[in-house]
Amino acid sequence: MRPILMKGHERPLTFLKYNRDGDLLFSCAKDHTPTVWFADNGERLGTYAGHNGAVWCCDVSRDSTRLITGSADQSAKLWDVQSGTQLFTFNFDSPARAVDFAVGDKLAVITTDPFMGLTSAIHVKRIAADPDDQVGDSVLVLKGPQGRINRAVWGPLNKTIISAGEDAVVRIWDTETGKLLQENDKEVGHKKTVTSLAKSTDGSHFLTGSLDKSAKLWDIRSLTLIKTYFTERPVNAVAMSPLLNHVVLGGGQDASAVTTTDHRAGKFEAKFYDKILQEEIGGVKGHFGPINALAFNPDGKSFSSGGEDGYVRLHHFDPDYFKIPSI
Amino acid sequence: MAEVMSMEDIRTEASRLDIDLSVVDWNSVWVPPGEDFGIKSDDEDLHEDNSLEFDAGFGNVIVVDNLPVVPKEKFEKLEGVIRKIYSQIGVIKENGLWMPVEEDTGKTRGYCFIEYNTPQEAELAKEKTNGYKLDRAHIFAVNVFDEIEKFMRVPDEWAPPETKPYTSGENLQHWLTDEKGRDQFVIRAGSDTEVLWNDARQVKTDPVYKRPFWTESFVQWSPLGTYLATVHRQGAAVWGGASTFNRLMRYAHPQVKLIDFSPGEKYLVTYSSHEPSTPHDSHRVVLNVFDVRTGKVMRDFKGSADEFAFGGTGGFTGVSWPVFRWGGGKEDKYFARLGKNVISVYETETFSLIDKKSIKVENVMDFSWSPTDPIFALFVPEQGGGNQPARVSLFQIPSKEELRQKNLFSVSDCKMYWQSDGEYLAVKVDRYTKTKKSTYTGFELFRIKERDIPIEVFELENKNDKIIAFAWEPKGHRFAVIHGDNPKPDVSFYSMKGGKVSKLATLKQKQANALFWSPGGRFIILAGMKGFNGQLEFYNVDELETMATAEHFMATDIEWDPTGRYVATSVTSVHEMENGFNIWSFNGKLLYRISKDHFFQFLWRPRPPSFLSPEKEEEISKNLKKYSKKYDVQDQDISLLLSEQDREKRKQLKEEWERWVNEWKTHHNQEKTERQILRDGEASDVEEEYEAKEVEVEELLDVSEVVVPDA
Repeated sequence: MRPILMKGHERPLTFLKYNRDGDLLFSCAKDHTPTVWFADNGERLGTYAGHNGAVWCCDVSRDSTRLITGSADQSAKLWDVQSGTQLFTFNFDSPARAVDFAVGDKLAVITTDPFMGLTSAIHVKRIAADPDDQVGDSVLVLKGPQGRINRAVWGPLNKTIISAGEDAVVRIWDTETGKLLQENDKEVGHKKTVTSLAKSTDGSHFLTGSLDKSAKLWDIRSLTLIKTYFTERPVNAVAMSPLLNHVVLGGGQDASAVTTTDHRAGKFEAKFYDKILQEEIGGVKGHFGPINALAFNPDGKSFSSGGEDGYVRLHHFDPDYFKIPSI
Repeated sequence: MAEVMSMEDIRTEASRLDIDLSVVDWNSVWVPPGEDFGIKSDDEDLHEDNSLEFDAGFGNVIVVDNLPVVPKEKFEKLEGVIRKIYSQIGVIKENGLWMPVEEDTGKTRGYCFIEYNTPQEAELAKEKTNGYKLDRAHIFAVNVFDEIEKFMRVPDEWAPPETKPYTSGENLQHWLTDEKGRDQFVIRAGSDTEVLWNDARQVKTDPVYKRPFWTESFVQWSPLGTYLATVHRQGAAVWGGASTFNRLMRYAHPQVKLIDFSPGEKYLVTYSSHEPSTPHDSHRVVLNVFDVRTGKVMRDFKGSADEFAFGGTGGFTGVSWPVFRWGGGKEDKYFARLGKNVISVYETETFSLIDKKSIKVENVMDFSWSPTDPIFALFVPEQGGGNQPARVSLFQIPSKEELRQKNLFSVSDCKMYWQSDGEYLAVKVDRYTKTKKSTYTGFELFRIKERDIPIEVFELENKNDKIIAFAWEPKGHRFAVIHGDNPKPDVSFYSMKGGKVSKLATLKQKQANALFWSPGGRFIILAGMKGFNGQLEFYNVDELETMATAEHFMATDIEWDPTGRYVATSVTSVHEMENGFNIWSFNGKLLYRISKDHFFQFLWRPRPPSFLSPEKEEEISKNLKKYSKKYDVQDQDISLLLSEQDREKRKQLKEEWERWVNEWKTHHNQEKTERQILRDGEASDVEEEYEAKEVEVEELLDVSEVVVPDA
């Protein structure tokens, strides 16, 4: 079907997230207002005003009542999804980047960037059931990795946190003790910055995308490499279909070089790969800048992409898509 | 060969010694002289050269012999004469001229030493004045001081050289005996140079040989494919062999920049250009002609760059390459060079000029050999403001006879195109219009093999069309022209058959600016390079139909394999993105693509010409069905095998994946209750969430009362 072009952001997109029911789509961009859209027709539902910097990441609670956002204004904010009111602000001394609710939505992980001599850190915050009881104290702070941590998510049963970032290493941390449990095997790991990380629906495996022009599929428990998907350009965003064995990679040449070459040279397509065979199936064109964010609707029947060009494109699959033979 | 340490060993050793390898500046590491730590350098040449320079250190001193013997009174006069001669060539060091005298008589001894600032000047002085006639009795014998010792060591009596027992060499054409009839190619990407088979049936490459830092600038196949030449600081080398690539020969030529093989690959011409010793001099160039098999220098040419920069539009530092153009077919009999008002033709039997003199042609601009015969065509531009017409002439060698000449008027430029069998010559002539403000293009077509060499004038229908590209069909009678002023030009095909040029077809509005004929003729690729971003149209000229159109985005290079079965298109490192190459079948089906970052070169290994007679070839193409049967069966077998393998692989991958999924499922189920607790007992897993419930909703849309009349 013809993609729905969702205009609303004024700056490059940074992140996209569907709620669990798949009826709402949350988008973050470098303009300071995360936005919520109807995931069906792309109508804009509302914005969350209050941040004073680029918003890098967001997550929505299971019951779609709370939204958490991480921003370059050195804060992470909790919002009421329905009313758009700010419930709480976690303040940091450096920009916040990745945010993720734990299973049960009682904990959240927030990463902060290296800034003014501070190293990057992973903070675990308790999320109170009643916003009035909310406190800003960290339950746990993890430090160690060099460079920015671009993404951190919870492992199975909230026992672990998986992080990845500029140093190209995927790490698993113990959430009880705060110890580093595992780093990925250097031989098979990414060679350049890991830009994105997406968990499978059941949380059993995850996909990382990297500027080394590849995406890798890992087991979330053992951190063994399962698959590698090679592409021709740096990968900025990854997503996995919850329905079919497909993965989607988005990216393109560096945004600073875009204006110097033909638009086709940038490879701003969202590329579909067979998850098992690691073969390219097809691509979806449209953006005229690198793709920075990708998300699949939980029903697997549509996906959306956010680009450096400031647009979100919402694609509902044609019936033909579901007939693509797998193996 | 000494034991070679692997990088791994080095790393362990370094960590043992507590050295951080990443901070070691390797260029600052010096091995004590004469010590190699048991690692033999494989460059013995280099070693010898160095020892010469460093041990003696008199490379800048020359010895001039055969001077007149003069008494004391005339000493100063002689010294003055010598100083005058030698200071013209370079700067003589202070007290750098020393003429020894007999102690008792005070007479000179008939020789002197001159010390220059640099060895280059000394070398030049040797070249220029060795054999200089001061007068009839005194002919200078000049040598570099370092070499004297070498000459002293020559034994007075001739001893027969030892005869080495004959060892049979490898079959250098072994690659032609490939059972599957595949072709090889070489690629250069990053620091690696790699030779691969094009296994098109299995749609992949098959490695032959790979070596990092094989060459220091580029690689080049010899014209018949026997050798692969690499270029290094010390000279060039050729590689080849039956099973792998061994170094067969080296050609010492310091700082070699360019190389060129003769068409029969008997000789190799190497070129280097050197910084001048004094700023007002021009660059000095050195050209060596080597015998490829023996490695012997057959002739060397030295001079200033200006002498060799004549003609052409100027390639490498002003010299148009190749300086020497080889003619006379595959026998490598003649080579020629364009000079000012002359064409110098050398023959390879003696490596001297034919008849000891060059052919004088006033103002000659360009010349071009026939690919098969010892004939060349030359072009002389208009002179005297149009009083003397421009001229294209054909010369035969060695007779130097002018076979044919054609005068042309108001010409701005000429380009010559030979057909690959030397049957036709097309001269593209750019003429001025009457106003002299613009030019238009026509062709003069020579039929070389016919009696008296008839010439035909050929113009496009719209003679104002700009000619973008011209190409003869290899081994054929047709040619293709891209012409037109539109952003999308037209492509036309013409035939020389039947005594007259006849048009076959014109294709309108094509995105093409380059023509690539298949080496077997018949098929052609109309390519849109650069501005057209790599548009490809595969065209069959026999049937006059397009077989396929495709695109290799940003393609910079296109090359047919020597058999005309496959085509390689590549994007080299002139672009930052998309580097790599695609292999296509002759009819435009993409077989496979390989991406390589920092991709520099793709070259098919040429094949020597077929030994089959034209009649035999015709017979084969007539009975192609019979011959192809065998290969069809093979093809089918392979495709069956491939699909079988593919299925196997897919099956295996799928099983592997299912194992993972099952494992995950068990984990997931085991953790189910725990997850439920984390969620305050909320039923957790996604599947249970989506329960299809059918809900019937009745909605009252409209109520209207209608009075039913009594029956």
